[in-house]
Parts: sequence; structure tokens; C-alpha cells
Amino acid sequence: MPRAGRHHSSATEELQVIAPSKLAIEKVSKRFRGASGSVLALDRVSLNVAEAEFVCLVGASGCGKTTLLNIIAGLEKPDSGTVLADGKPVTGPGQERLVMFQEPALFPWLDVFGNVLFGLKLKPNLTNRDRREVAKYYLELVGLSRFDHANIHELSGGMKQRVSLASALAPNPRVLLMDEPFAALDALTREQLYGDIQKIWKARRKTIVFVTHNVREAACLGDRVLLFSPHPGRIQEEFTVDLPRPRDINSVDLAAHATRITKALRSVGQAEAAAAK
Amino acid sequence: MKRFLLAVAFFAVVVLLWEAAYRAEIWSPVLLPSPGQVVKYLQGAAADGTLANATIITMRRLLVGYFIGLVVGLPLGLLTARWKVFGDTIGTLALGLQTLPSVCWVPLALLWFGQTEAAMLFVVVMGTLWSVIIATETGVRNVPPIYRRAALTMGSKRLHTWLKVILPAALPFIVSGMKQGWAFAWRSLMAAEIFVTILTGFGLGQLLHYGRELSAMEQVIGIMIVIVVIGLLADKIFFSPIEKFLHRRWGTSQA
Repeated sequence: MPRAGRHHSSATEELQVIAPSKLAIEKVSKRFRGASGSVLALDRVSLNVAEAEFVCLVGASGCGKTTLLNIIAGLEKPDSGTVLADGKPVTGPGQERLVMFQEPALFPWLDVFGNVLFGLKLKPNLTNRDRREVAKYYLELVGLSRFDHANIHELSGGMKQRVSLASALAPNPRVLLMDEPFAALDALTREQLYGDIQKIWKARRKTIVFVTHNVREAACLGDRVLLFSPHPGRIQEEFTVDLPRPRDINSVDLAAHATRITKALRSVGQAEAAAAK
Repeated sequence: MKRFLLAVAFFAVVVLLWEAAYRAEIWSPVLLPSPGQVVKYLQGAAADGTLANATIITMRRLLVGYFIGLVVGLPLGLLTARWKVFGDTIGTLALGLQTLPSVCWVPLALLWFGQTEAAMLFVVVMGTLWSVIIATETGVRNVPPIYRRAALTMGSKRLHTWLKVILPAALPFIVSGMKQGWAFAWRSLMAAEIFVTILTGFGLGQLLHYGRELSAMEQVIGIMIVIVVIGLLADKIFFSPIEKFLHRRWGTSQA
């Protein structure tokens, strides 16, 4: 029941599936100046991501895909070009676009529940009871409801990334940005998470931009896979993966897609090596 | 329980050896009183209130000075970590003065403040302050950048980030700095009390000093034991629980 004067949203309202954002990245360039000269990390990269689309960015390390993700998040500013989320320019980080990093960005001084609550506490108009209810829901969604009061260091790598996922989902962002979140995990844990992320994506309807160097992973998760080429960072090629979901990482159809992308990735690598000579 | 019994047995043996050395009369009884004499002195001092009085005076000096050191040192440490200007100035000053044994502040304090409580307080603050500044600065500098980035995307800004992310992330460093500051403050206060007679109150250090003046070895040893016990208690009551909490949360405990 809304209180007079000030809008108050309940946990039920907060847990509703909200409309995902569409992203428009327009001619984004970014140059890094380091000790060994300057590198053009991104060279007029343009990209549109539809509402609730799952886009994977693949490419060798150092090709600028993480930089692009950080720019979409608002953590870095492009030298030129703009990023629009639902038509509005991105000027800084915000709860509309949450990031899941390669290393779990969990705070060791908080327990699992406290970590999931962190972003929720920064949402006004929620009572603490609602926040706890929302946090509980997401911990259950990632399959960790029994571990709410565990310390972070007691968790396995896979569990840590599940907590990261729950923390990123809890403030109900419209976009989820994932930066090689499964790269450091063992194969079995990864395969479980591929299933889970597809299930959660379907349930919560998020626009997802997913950075990886694992082609098979990209083919398994993405509606589209964008191949990046380095020096300067550009989108080299685009692949549509139109397999039915949920997808199994080990399926033969998926392997065919992955092979196609790997071939393209290899030719980019060879061109790069030839250019270096 | 086994470890506790072992510790008790160990100290019992130490006291027995002491008693044996006293009875063997290897040294003059003036230099080495018996454990019984020391206990008798402590009982007497406890009964007539000298001991409680001195302990209260010393602890008041220590706690007030330590608290001031913390309240001033923490924000200064944050400033030096946050802004280069402060790091290059106050940070460098703190680094330099931290190498100065805090006893060295005693002569300066006496000239500035005379034989007053202010001199005592000043020595304690100087013992605490620099360690706390440096530990806070180091702690903040060692916060993994990913914490700040994650907090930023969650909508945390400025003061919120400092209070809810940077400060707790730096806590293990800050606590070890607080512990070091405490140790320095405690040592320098004892030195100051031994050297300086202050008419506003006799602390434990002064009892130690008068023990020497009167060649009352049982008093000297008795007060030394009290000082050791206070140090141990501070560790067990105040620092140990905090450190245990940190170890449990961060997963840094070996035990």
C-alpha cells in the first residue's frame, strides 16, 4: 500500500520483471596511453543490442572487448562516440546496468546475504524487510539459499560467482554486463552455470552483453556472437546463433556454430601475426 | 584445556625456580625478593588503594591519548591516501616521525607543557598517531580496485563508498595499525611516567620509579607484573576479539 506523500514500492513490486533496455553504441573510440606508447583499444565501434537480447563479444585478449563493456557500464569514458541506453546517453555507472566481473567482486567483510543486500540498500523507497525478501529471492534463484550467512572465503569459485550474479541481479537492472565471469571456473561448474544463466535470463528478461574468449561458451549463450579484432579494436564479424534454448554446450549443432566462429577467429589471428611481421 | 594446563604448569615452574633461587641466596635478597614478598607488596598496595589509584591514572592517560590519536589519525590517513597533496606532505611526515621511538617525544613534551597531564597526553598521542595514519593509508591503498568499481555500478558514491567499502576493506590494516599504535603509546607512557614526576597523579610508572628510589625490589617487580598483565588484558579483551572476527570473515586464520 503506497504511503501518503512518498512513493513506497513493496518487495512484490520490486521483484516484478521490468522491461530490459536496448543499447545503441555509436562510433565509440578509446585510446590508452601507456609506457609503451598508445594503443587504440576501440576504433569507431558501433553496435545495437535489442531489448532482452543476449550478445556475446569474443576475441583474443587485449582486443578491447572489456573496454567496451566498461564503457557501456559507465565505468570508463570513451574518447569519442556515445552509448545510449533506451535513447538516453550513458554518463556514468548506475544500477540500470550492473556488471559481473571476472573475479567475483564480493566484499569479504560482509557475509553472502550482506553482499546481495549491498546494492539493494542503495535503492531508496524500500523497507529493510522488503530488501531482505528480495535478497532471499535472488539467493534462491542462484541456488544458494542455504548459504546466506556463509563467509565469502568459505565458498567455492562457482558459488562465489553465483553470489556475484545474485548481487548483480538483486537491484533489478535492465542490462547485465558480464566480463568473462566463468573464465576462472572448472569445466563442470561452468557447464552448470551455462544452464543456470540461460534459465535466469529467460525468467528475469535482461539485456545481456557477455564478454568471453571462449568461442563455445559464446555460441552456447549468445543470440549473436560478435568477433572482435585487435589493434585497433573493431568488430570483425557477426554470427547469429539461432539454436533453440536451453542449449547444451556439448551438442553437435552448437559445435558446428563454434567451429565456424573459431575459423574466423583464427584467420583474424593470422592476419594479425602477418601484420606484425 | 590441555593448553591452559600446560601454561599454568609452565608458570608454576618459573615461580618455583624463582623461589629456589631466592632460597639458595645466590643474590642478595635486596636484589631478588621472594615471590611471596612480591605478592605481599601487591596485596598491600591493593588494600590501601595505591595500586587501583595508579592504574586508573595511567589508564586514563593512555585511553584519552589513544582515543585522540585514533580520532585524528584515521581521517588524516584517509586524506593522505585519497589526495596526493596530503600523501606527499602529511604522509611523508608520518613516515618520518613513525621511525622516531616515541620515548624521544618526552623531553620535547616536558619543555613545551612542563610537568603536566598535557605532557603525558602529548606523548601518548604522538605514540599512537603516526602508526594509525600510516596503517590507514596503507590499508586504503591496498583495497582492490574492483571493490570500488563494483560499488560504483551499484550506485554507491563518495561518502557512501568511503564509509561502506573503502573503510571496511582497509580494516585489517587499520586494526594492525591500531594495535601497533597502542603498543607504542603504552611504552612511551611508561617511559614518561618513570622519568617525570607529575603532581597531578602517580601512575604505574611512577610507582616503579619510587620502587627503585627506595630500593624496594618487591615493588619494582610487582608493578612490572601489573604492567604486563594490563598489556595482556588489553590484547585479550580488546584486540583479540576484533582480530578473530577479521580472521573468520576474511579467511586469513591459520588455526
